[in-house]
Amino acid sequence: MTENHKSWLGMALIGFVLAIAPIVVGASLGNAWVRVLDFAALYIMLALGLNIVVGFAGLLDLGYIAFYAVGAYLYALLSSPHFGIHWPFWAVLPLGAMVAGMFGVLLGAPTLRLRGDYLAIVTLGFGEIIRIFLNNLNSPINITNGPKGIARIDPITLFGHPLSKSIDFAGITFTGVMLNYYLFVVLALGIVFVGIRLQDSRIGRAWVAIREDEVAAKACGINTRNIKLLAFAMGATFGGVSGGLFASFQEFVSPESFGLLESIMVLCMVVLGGMGHIPGVILGGLLLTILPEAFRQGAGPIQQAMFGEVLLDPEALRMLLFGMALIAVMLYRPAGLWPESRHRREMAK
Amino acid sequence: MDIFLQQLINGLTLGSIYALVALGYTMVYGILGLINFAHGEVVMIGALSSLTIIRPLADSGLPGPVVVLIGLFFAVLVCMALGFTVERVAYRPLRNAPRLAPLITAIGVSIVLQQLAMLIWGRSYHSVPALLPSGTHEVLGATFTEVQVIIVVVAAVTMMGLVLLVNRTRLGRAMRATAENPAIAGLMGVDANRIISLTFVIGSALAALAGVLVSANYGIAHYNMGFILGLKAFTAAVLGGIGNLAGAMVGGVLLGVIEALGAGYIGDLTGGVLGSHYQDVFAFFVLIGVLIFRPSGLMGEKVSERA
Amino acid sequence: MPINAKTLSIAVAAALIAVGCSKKEEAAPTAAAPAPAPEPMLVVKLGHSAPLTGPQSHIGKDNENGARMAVDDTNAAQVKIGGQTLKLVLQGEDDQADPKQGILVAQKFVDGKVNAVIGHLNSGTTIPASKVYFDAGIPQVSPSATNPTYTHQGFKTAFRVMANDIQQGKVLGAYAGNQLAAKTVAVIDDKTAYGEGLATEFKKAAVAAGVKVVAEEHTDDKAVDFKAILTKIKGKKPDLIFYGGMDPQAAPMAMQMKQLGVSSKFLMGDGGCTTEFVKNAGEAAEGAYCSLPGIPYEAMPGGPAFIERFKAKYGDIQLYAPYAYDAVMVVVEAIKRAQSAEPAKILAELPNTDYQGVTTNIMFDENGDLKDGAISLYIAKGGKWEALETVGGAAPPAAPSAPAQKM
Repeated sequence: MTENHKSWLGMALIGFVLAIAPIVVGASLGNAWVRVLDFAALYIMLALGLNIVVGFAGLLDLGYIAFYAVGAYLYALLSSPHFGIHWPFWAVLPLGAMVAGMFGVLLGAPTLRLRGDYLAIVTLGFGEIIRIFLNNLNSPINITNGPKGIARIDPITLFGHPLSKSIDFAGITFTGVMLNYYLFVVLALGIVFVGIRLQDSRIGRAWVAIREDEVAAKACGINTRNIKLLAFAMGATFGGVSGGLFASFQEFVSPESFGLLESIMVLCMVVLGGMGHIPGVILGGLLLTILPEAFRQGAGPIQQAMFGEVLLDPEALRMLLFGMALIAVMLYRPAGLWPESRHRREMAK
Repeated sequence: MDIFLQQLINGLTLGSIYALVALGYTMVYGILGLINFAHGEVVMIGALSSLTIIRPLADSGLPGPVVVLIGLFFAVLVCMALGFTVERVAYRPLRNAPRLAPLITAIGVSIVLQQLAMLIWGRSYHSVPALLPSGTHEVLGATFTEVQVIIVVVAAVTMMGLVLLVNRTRLGRAMRATAENPAIAGLMGVDANRIISLTFVIGSALAALAGVLVSANYGIAHYNMGFILGLKAFTAAVLGGIGNLAGAMVGGVLLGVIEALGAGYIGDLTGGVLGSHYQDVFAFFVLIGVLIFRPSGLMGEKVSERA
Repeated sequence: MPINAKTLSIAVAAALIAVGCSKKEEAAPTAAAPAPAPEPMLVVKLGHSAPLTGPQSHIGKDNENGARMAVDDTNAAQVKIGGQTLKLVLQGEDDQADPKQGILVAQKFVDGKVNAVIGHLNSGTTIPASKVYFDAGIPQVSPSATNPTYTHQGFKTAFRVMANDIQQGKVLGAYAGNQLAAKTVAVIDDKTAYGEGLATEFKKAAVAAGVKVVAEEHTDDKAVDFKAILTKIKGKKPDLIFYGGMDPQAAPMAMQMKQLGVSSKFLMGDGGCTTEFVKNAGEAAEGAYCSLPGIPYEAMPGGPAFIERFKAKYGDIQLYAPYAYDAVMVVVEAIKRAQSAEPAKILAELPNTDYQGVTTNIMFDENGDLKDGAISLYIAKGGKWEALETVGGAAPPAAPSAPAQKM
């Protein structure tokens, strides 16, 4: 009984913190930081999707951002002046998720036999192929508008109110970035819920079985092919949803946003946080979105305070610190900051 | 015909560059099963540090190739020290960690090296003085430069040297034993840590060599040059069968030739719909195609399952 | 010993602090003596955004330096706005040439209530960021974004002090057909918003001038090996090769053309018109042509002096620093005319700009594009860009920049 009480209390507390976070951050640090929080929520969704593929099923995917790109571009094409199509988001987002899921299967099918690093390079190639196509499909027929990208994408409209516009409620002005924040957080919570349910399901256990030993899993009667494809499809679906949100939030997409470095970044979030462990992945997503921004803010002034002048280029220092943080975390916590208890046991032996 | 031959020459040079870098990837992978994502950055450090020596010596009156050799010597030293340090700091502590942990530190190292290089050598592109013999020759209407010949020869010789090292020497036997099973190799009196360190040091020396040749070939060096090069080389190594020295060479050359012929001909074959902007797409399609039929690369052995 | 060292360092620190304090105390009365009432300051924040990390960081830093010099010059000039001394503060940010970071930086500027924004460098970041500035009503003057879309979105806040791709492409295409007398041309671009945009406009103008496009090739903004496409082009024997892209690619491209024995002339837009290009391509640069919006600095009043001062402060000009300088100055002029630094007041004054800058005489058309912008062509000779001629914005009769056109 008390246990139950405690967990409800905890959830209420988390809910409260999530609800007031943008208001507090917006008032104290400014809307740019709320925007950072929005991105944190987006990246957490992405990382949770990739976590299914890498963390649960153990398939190293270096081209995950491609699904994000597919979702984003689908939204951009169906909801912008580019083709003059303005579908509502509740039609486009699920469609984006579906199409991204199909791409997931498309990638998964030919790569079922590959393992480890071979899979990594093929997925990397897949990601680059998608990006190159997005960059090039403006001739002979202009589909994606090429490197110029698609601008003036429709923001998501809820209850007749576009989320990019601010709204006054209960004496507080909720800016566009704040409204988007609430939407993203709600959806991220939904994805967390799905993730947790999946993890404890028959399918989730099958993924873990494949991750630990594919041959043994097969011997136990698991249809490894379907289960792996399902992992790719599920992961891709989450990527597609976050892509659509990204497009509506930025109101602009261009192929530059979907490079290999983005894939690597999302992978870092998963591994750094704790592969296969949902709270860990959330932590990883949060940290890796906020850290570079914090370094950006701090690199110049801190030097100023310590040495009286800016000795090192703050921009170089920012990335330098970020790289060192990646190394340091992995050295001290090789299984991630907040690993799954099963992994922890492995590490202990 | 002369155009086709020229494209082959282009592809062969480009491929040899990939191969030189890929050899470093493959050596480390062969022994540790680790993708050393920072290898491309070591190549970059090699190029830039050699330039630091070459620049002031360029007008000293010493013959060009001698200056380049001095620069190369310096770059090799720097890179060897770097390779040794990186292995010690970022990879060794993670020898028994989950498989993806060293991948993340490798990415971290890559970022750190890039930013350090930017702090040391600045943001601008550096021109590399043309000190190697730069004459142009013509065969059947196709031209090639002496630097290109040097690159192809050096890549081939290096590959053969490494094959001999691995297969014929005591050190090579120790390397193979360590690759097979470090613990058992240890029981047989092989100091696995030392061997792994040595592999990194040799791989980094190769990176320095590659860096010097790449910058000499393109006449330009920049702190950002390593990443794409490393990526292509990694692709080449996988194409050939990662962990296999001859495979790295074959994969590199094949990738170079595919890129050259792809950029040169697919545009005309498809009526201009798919032009040279799809060059990398062809390369990746070929890679995926090869891996579907040979899941461990062209010359790779069947990989044991690593969890 | 350690205690000694510690006490010593404390003593030194204390001494330093003492010196610092006494200096301040000294400074205060001396400053007060000549000007009895300390002038009230009007602090105006300018945002500047460009990539400061990544492959284009050298050009990004160059932009920032140009803007910084303008800020220093303005502050030194003690401009009076409504009885207050104008003090510009430049907030330089890194957008990594990434649209996502670009929008984030834009948001940061809006939060920080900057009075105007100088930037961004790339069209790819300038275009998405312009929406943020438009929504916030903050004037934006880009020194280097050339893609036409930027000023054609109907945003009244978007200005640029650089000719757009249409203006520059037109001049380049006509130049290829007429002055260079090319019959055939091969067009290469780097598949970026800038490179492709310029190449497309060049192509249109070249075809209009009677030049035949025999090959269209593409590369990317990270490539260094162009032999495959150059070999293909060599087979088509064009009179001229046009490249739409930046100097990191243009320099090795020129060298590889030489190695392959390609004898076509080489023409580029502003992205290749840099000292880096001639320096890095060495001999292979000789005889290459490029265009740069504006009038050659040597021909501008104050141009050579500007170059000297910039060199002394930051080293060689990479590319757009003078444009960034002009961008800041255009804003300062607007502040002066408005006698206010409120964004809305600046915005109201910007369309009336008629400013003799370092690069050209700057006036804006109804979109915020440069009006009748002159475009100059250069040839690489003896390791330097030498001005050839200035194709004044159609050299209309009323062109106010006409006197400066003689070289």
